[in-house]
Amino acid sequence: MGLSKWIGTKQGIFIVLLVLLAVLPLILNDFHTNLLGRYLAFAILVIGLDLVWGYTGILSLGHGIFFGLGAYIMAIYVTTESSGGALPDFMMWSGMTELPFLWELLSNPVAAILLGILLPMAIASLLGFFTFRNRIKGVYFTILTQALVLVTVTLIVSQQRYTGGSDGLSGLSTMFGFSLSSPQTQLFLYFLTLVVLAAVFYFCFKLVNSRFGKVLIAIRDGENRLRFSGYNTAYYKMVVFTLSAGIAGLAGMLYVLQIRIITPTMIDIIPSIEMALWVAIGGRGTLLGPIFGAILANVGTTFFSENYPELWTYFIGLVFIVVIVFLPGGLMSIGNKLKRKRRGSDHEEAEQQAGSAADKHS
Amino acid sequence: MEGIISQLFNGISLGSILLLIALGLAITFGLMNVINMAHGELIMIGAYATYVVQSLFIDYLPESMFNWYFILAVPAAFLTAALIGWLLEWTVIRHLYGRPLDSLLATFGAGLILQQAARSIFGAPNVGVQSPALLSGAVEIFSISFPKSRIFIILLVTACVLFMFYYFYKTSNGRRIRAVMQNRDMASSVGISTRQVDSTTFALGAGFAGIAGMALTLIGPIGPTLGTAYIIDAFMVVVVGGVGMLLGTVIAALGIGVFNTGFEYFTNASMGRVLLFAVIILFLQWRPNGLFNLSTRKLD
Repeated sequence: MGLSKWIGTKQGIFIVLLVLLAVLPLILNDFHTNLLGRYLAFAILVIGLDLVWGYTGILSLGHGIFFGLGAYIMAIYVTTESSGGALPDFMMWSGMTELPFLWELLSNPVAAILLGILLPMAIASLLGFFTFRNRIKGVYFTILTQALVLVTVTLIVSQQRYTGGSDGLSGLSTMFGFSLSSPQTQLFLYFLTLVVLAAVFYFCFKLVNSRFGKVLIAIRDGENRLRFSGYNTAYYKMVVFTLSAGIAGLAGMLYVLQIRIITPTMIDIIPSIEMALWVAIGGRGTLLGPIFGAILANVGTTFFSENYPELWTYFIGLVFIVVIVFLPGGLMSIGNKLKRKRRGSDHEEAEQQAGSAADKHS
Repeated sequence: MEGIISQLFNGISLGSILLLIALGLAITFGLMNVINMAHGELIMIGAYATYVVQSLFIDYLPESMFNWYFILAVPAAFLTAALIGWLLEWTVIRHLYGRPLDSLLATFGAGLILQQAARSIFGAPNVGVQSPALLSGAVEIFSISFPKSRIFIILLVTACVLFMFYYFYKTSNGRRIRAVMQNRDMASSVGISTRQVDSTTFALGAGFAGIAGMALTLIGPIGPTLGTAYIIDAFMVVVVGGVGMLLGTVIAALGIGVFNTGFEYFTNASMGRVLLFAVIILFLQWRPNGLFNLSTRKLD
């Protein structure tokens, strides 16, 4: 395969993107690098979301919670380290005298990092177990994930003495002795996020091209046929949903270290739906598209929502409608359409694959 | 005992509002296989329509007439929400038949636009609608007080539901709706204009959401995000009640309303929500397709 052709493949585009992202901090100032690092954390999340939605056809609107759990757990660890064992302010205000057990446990970095991934996975597998084995699917499952968000956010807000309530956690200043506000630490975190993004992409890319991945796509396109062929589809769905939740938790941990605050509104229903929008904008079932979707949508939100908040909301609403109704394949399908025009029917097969991801999602 | 009875009453009144909201959702989901996330915004539109009617009464009519604004507000809320719902169906939803997940996301976008429009027109802060004197205060029965506004809401919902049952099961339009729901292609081939059935049914469901919005103005202040608080619960009603049968929606709405207030009474608001969610998940272990379902042997 020639170099020019290799660049056009998914791996090629991804490598080019990685190189670009690795060079960008040289040009950008500290603040913008930090912003981009946050978007990369979202990009990690959407790869996992694409795995369940784009490939398996299960739309989860609960990923904000998995992301949020990772973020909260990491925030709790960093808060305990920053305060040097003293009680955070909000706990003292609500009359606590010593750290609650959960906080005590999470003041151990190993436990925190493990739980940040394992707790979202545990919740996801529990929900998956109770729904998939009963063949609750499609929009029913989606509604249940949404209810999960509502329940968890209400719980976080109400358990103010443990979670900081609606103000969230914001006393994140040092981790492993390094100041989180220093540009060097943030630059390190940027590259750490980039490395994790590359690893997650590589892992998911291998996964969807494996036998397991083929089963996922088959579930999306014709679950009953697969069931009649003797596959236990509930098991596959549970595994992929759990995996995706773990990826979301990991993304949440990296995210909170870079933004240094986490509140319930950041993981509520609307952010959870927006995550699905990023996947849709980029192109479902492509792994690569959602990364672009997440970065572009967030760049847009940051730079336009501050200056034109009203117009931006109208615009985002329109993007939702236009992308879903008229461009179900997302940005990636534009690329494929152009490619097909240029090279004739060469890539028709590839496009059909991308297209069926969009058509057969329910 | 008195506490329990008034909790039950609160539960029924919450459930009846949920019912009004969920009716439209359940019917459109059963009929067109679309989930309308903007349904919450139709509630909000009904509430603002009531607000506008009330403001007009205050500005242009003598004070003695004020009490009667809410009689006019019911049809106003219904018609405004139905009109916007009809427009929504015509512009967005008809492209998304049979794509429930996509319709959910696209209508969420439409909801964002409607919310922002409300913010631009009426301002972001909540506005209060003054309850008519007729509906303030409470009725005391055996030393338990029942707020009049809640009694009115229950009566209003009962009337709407009775109308819906009549429309659904006794009129020719209702027969057409049920036919399309059971088998769209077959209904279409015997000459039913499915397009027309879809759009009128959608508008009707939207109108009921509008009436729910009108009812909510009697309970508290209203704002652009009024509907979001209720929409997820209304979805849960659809999930629990099953699709295509009105009775399932009725039972599920009242059940969720009563359980919700009951759990909240015995624990607290947030634990109540957690328990309700757990109960719904457990219920779905027993009936994965909801209480009632149009049973078919069709797969996919």
